[in-house]
Parts: sequence; structure tokens; C-alpha cells
Amino acid sequence: MPERTTTVVIGAGHAGLAASHFLRARAIDHVVLERGDVANSWRRERWDSLRLLTPNWQSRLPGHRYRGPDPDGYMTMGEVVEFIDHFAALSHAPVRTNTNVKSVHRTDDGYDVSTDRGEIRCRTVVIASGACNLPAVPRLHEGVPATVEQITPFGYRGAEALPDGGVLVVGASATGVQLAAEIQRSGRPVTLSTGEHVRLPRTYRGRDVLWWMEAARVWEERYDEVPDIDRARRLASPQLAGIRETLDINALCAMGVEPVGRAATVRDGELLFSGGLRNVISLADLKMDRLLTTFDQWAMTSQKDSDVKPPERFEPTRVPASTRLRLDLRSGEIRTIVWATGFRPDHTWLDVPVVDEKGHLNHDGGIVDSPGLYALGLPVLRRRKSTFIHGIEDDAREVIDHLTRYLAVRH
Amino acid sequence: MGCTVPTMTTIDSIDNGVNVQALLDAREAVRTAPEAAQFTWRSTTRWENGVHSTTTVKDYFGLGAEQNHKAPTTFTADHPETFAATDKGITPIEYLLVGLGSCLTAGVASVAQNRGIQLRSVEATLEGAHDIRGILGADSDVRNGFNGIKVTFTIDADASKEDIEALVAQSQKRSAVFDALTNPTDVTVDVA
Repeated sequence: MPERTTTVVIGAGHAGLAASHFLRARAIDHVVLERGDVANSWRRERWDSLRLLTPNWQSRLPGHRYRGPDPDGYMTMGEVVEFIDHFAALSHAPVRTNTNVKSVHRTDDGYDVSTDRGEIRCRTVVIASGACNLPAVPRLHEGVPATVEQITPFGYRGAEALPDGGVLVVGASATGVQLAAEIQRSGRPVTLSTGEHVRLPRTYRGRDVLWWMEAARVWEERYDEVPDIDRARRLASPQLAGIRETLDINALCAMGVEPVGRAATVRDGELLFSGGLRNVISLADLKMDRLLTTFDQWAMTSQKDSDVKPPERFEPTRVPASTRLRLDLRSGEIRTIVWATGFRPDHTWLDVPVVDEKGHLNHDGGIVDSPGLYALGLPVLRRRKSTFIHGIEDDAREVIDHLTRYLAVRH
Repeated sequence: MGCTVPTMTTIDSIDNGVNVQALLDAREAVRTAPEAAQFTWRSTTRWENGVHSTTTVKDYFGLGAEQNHKAPTTFTADHPETFAATDKGITPIEYLLVGLGSCLTAGVASVAQNRGIQLRSVEATLEGAHDIRGILGADSDVRNGFNGIKVTFTIDADASKEDIEALVAQSQKRSAVFDALTNPTDVTVDVA
């Protein structure tokens, strides 16, 4: 006889644990299944030097917040794991570690969750297995000669493990700029292939830029108010690092990193880059300035102008007079390519027809297109802040509210 | 249609002569029917004499069917007298400037319409820097094509400088010709 429960939560990261917190508050019988340990991806799938992008004071989960001595600092991965572990203990989440979900099927009255430790029947399922399970690597990697080593952020721990010699980092989101800086500092010359990206200063008018995102309520914008939700959900992470300094393309160029355009294709062993670098850079500069204007307007209208330093504008990104359009991968100049081209969720275990041809869940603010099935922890799930740690509380409360009503109606 | 599909909503009070609603409707339609979005553009070039040729464009494939332009258009290409040619028409590489300038300008008009910006005048000046040692075979390190293209827009519109810069940036982002020039394209040349 399969085990029965009301709700199965898949994943014991901050999203699954927040779901558990609200399920418990509503006395809904549930289990949280975790393939490894609590906060598994933070433990095992991140590089050594990574720190959280959000300042410590912003690390909040339902009923749990940072109380340490350095509110303006940024947590190491070890500290994030500790923070989430502590939350799991505080909320008495019924986590089953080392339990891998093999498949989820629809049944007459709910779902059948099959794991490597047996089967569980339930009325509702909350998918909280993460947005970054797999690296998204463009097809052009197939044309890269075998003499060049190729890795993704999952295989990267630190620069010292890379072969000596040049490194091409593809992608200029948070991951790409952080790895480019670290690898360049290790003495390996870095070329950074840059498509559309999001430029942000680390601090603005004396405050962390993410303070502004929260205070000016930019992060609160709801998924059903965002003009183009597909685009918002695809948006690259901002060029930020868990340090007090700005890490934009100007900062990287000052370190000696060479920017080139988006990697377009590999032809006869040569990697060809787009000549459109100047345009993606001006798009990013324009968008940053527009965001800063939003902040300034908010400060003015909410009488916060005197609490912060005067408005400032940053130097436009300096684009080199000419950028390389081709790079011979057989010349030995580049020994390693790091594909910092984004991540995607893994839903291959989900045997419910709710995944589109690009592998994304069909959902409306976390309410998946199958009765009783829910999702949490995906980009702009219900708000712009959804994927940030402090963004989960509002999303989890609302999604579990919906789940609670669903159960009540079905009784 | 070949160049630009803008984003966001129409604002009716201004008129740049772009039917944005038709483009937005087309975008919705091809989301569910991607096969209708498969277009093939065609041209036929006939050698006249020397480096002078005539190209005719009259039909294309799109929306699942053969389509005709209202009338065929003929383009004459030649090389100037500095190339010891007859200069009966513009140089082939100049047609790239024609394509890029007209595509970006169409993009500016469409995006402006979509963003509710009334245009009064738009002028794009294009310059393609070309080191002809490449095509002459005088130096194998010099490429055959342009070393770079510079586009300068002069725009008079009811908008701030920043909004105009954003128009120009967005028009590049959605431009077919900008993409074709900045990114490599697979080109197959066969003998029938």
C-alpha cells in the first residue's frame, strides 16, 4: 500500500521550506522530499567563492531573519546553508533527505509521487525543486575543438583548477562577470562574450542597489502587471557580486578582461562573435539610467531624498574602439571555455503535461495548469523578487492559500 | 514586416503611418502557428556586361503561400569609375547600407508608433569603412567586407533625448538587417 499524505513538497531549499512553513500553519498534513540534504544546491552546486547577491539584512524567511554582526555583508555559501538549515529546524519541516523523486503522475483524486524510497499518494504537490538545476549551454558548443576544455558553473569550483592560459567566459550575467573577474585575477587572461545583460551599480546614493529595489518597490511588481512576462522571466541576473564593489563591464575592462560580442557560431574551428556589442551595451546603460531615475523619483515623492546621498550617474560603459569578431580556437590562445549562459529547471520527472516545448512549466503565478499542482521559487513567479530568498515569503503564502482553498472545495 | 515587430501597446493619438496593431496581431498569430512565420525572400540577378548587373525582386514566400509584390522592382549594380567600371548603378556593398539604413529607419518608426512617440523627421546617414586591399588580394590579412559601419540618426520627435536613444537601440535589437550584418549567416552557393 502506498503511503498517503495531503501535500508533497518537492525540494527542501528555501522555497520548499517556506511552503512547509505555511502548510504547517494551516495544519495541512505534508512531507518535504529532498534528493540530498536541506539546501542541497547551495551545498553542492555552487563555486567556492560565491556569496549571496543580497545583503545580509535582506535575508529573511518567514519568522527567520539574519541577526549577525554584519548586516551589510553578503553570506558565503556555508552561511547560506546554515541560515536555511536553521529555518528548517525552527519551522519543524517534515523533511525526508536523500529521497529522490522519480516521477509524478496524475491520479483520479490527486498525484502519485514515486521516489527511490517508495510511493506516496497525495491530493496536492508543490514543486520547489529549483530554477537552476541544469546549465543552459548553446548548441554552438558542439563545434568547439576537443583541445579546448569546456565547463559550466556546475563543474567550476575555482580558477586554480583550470588549465593555465586564456579563458573565454560566455555570458555576462552575475555568474559570468563573477567568474570572469576571479579567473582574470588568477593570471589567466579572460575574454568575455557579452550578449544582452543587466548593468547595476553595487551602491547608489550611498545605499546598496538592492535596498533601492526593495524600498522603491520595484521588486514588488506583480507577474500579472509586468508588461512582458516572458521577457521578465528570461531576464539575465544583474551584474552584481557579493562584494561592496561594482562589477560591471567597465570594472572588468579595468582589470584587463577583453569584452567581445555575443558568441554567434563556431565555423571551421573559429568562434565568431556578433558585431552588435555596442548595441547591447547601450541598451544596458539606458535601462540602468531609467532604473536610477525611478529610484530618484521614488526618493523625491516619498520624502526620502534627505536620507540618502544626492543623485548620481555613472560613466557610460566604455566600449573598445574595435572588438574582435573572431577567435581561432585551434591557436591555443583559449584553453578553456566557461559557459555562463544561464540555467534551466529540470522537470523531466514530471509526467503531467504542463511543461512547454522549451521545458518551462505552464503556470499562472505558481498555480500550475493541472488541479492541485503548484510551483514556487521560479523567476518572477508572482513578483519580480520571487527568486530572491526574501521574495519567497509572499509567494509561498499566496500559493499555499490557493492550495488550502482548493482542498476545501474538493472535500 | 520583415524588419520589425515592436513590443507593448498601441497609442492611437499619434501617427507615424505604421500599423502597429497588424504587427501585434501577426505576432500573436505566429506564436500559435510558427509555420506561418517561415518566409523566403528572393531576388534574381542577371549579368549585363563587365561588373554591371540587373537584379529583379518580385515575389516571396510567406504566411504559408506564394506572395507577389505589387510590382517587380529592378536594381542596377555596377562599380564606379574609380574601379575602372561604367558606374551605371551603385556598388553591391552599398546595397548593404541601403538595406541597413531602411531597416533601422522602419524600426525607429514602428517602435515610436508603439511607444506613442510622434516623429517629425528621421534621417539616417550610413558610412561603411572599407579597406579594398582585401578584395584586390593585395593583403591577405585584410578582410573583404566592411571594417565597420557607422550609422548616425538625426531624429526630430516629441520625445526626450533618452527616449530617442532607446528607440534607436530597440530598432537595432529587432532589426533583420542589423542581425544579418552583425551575426554570421550560413550562405550556400550552388551551380544549378
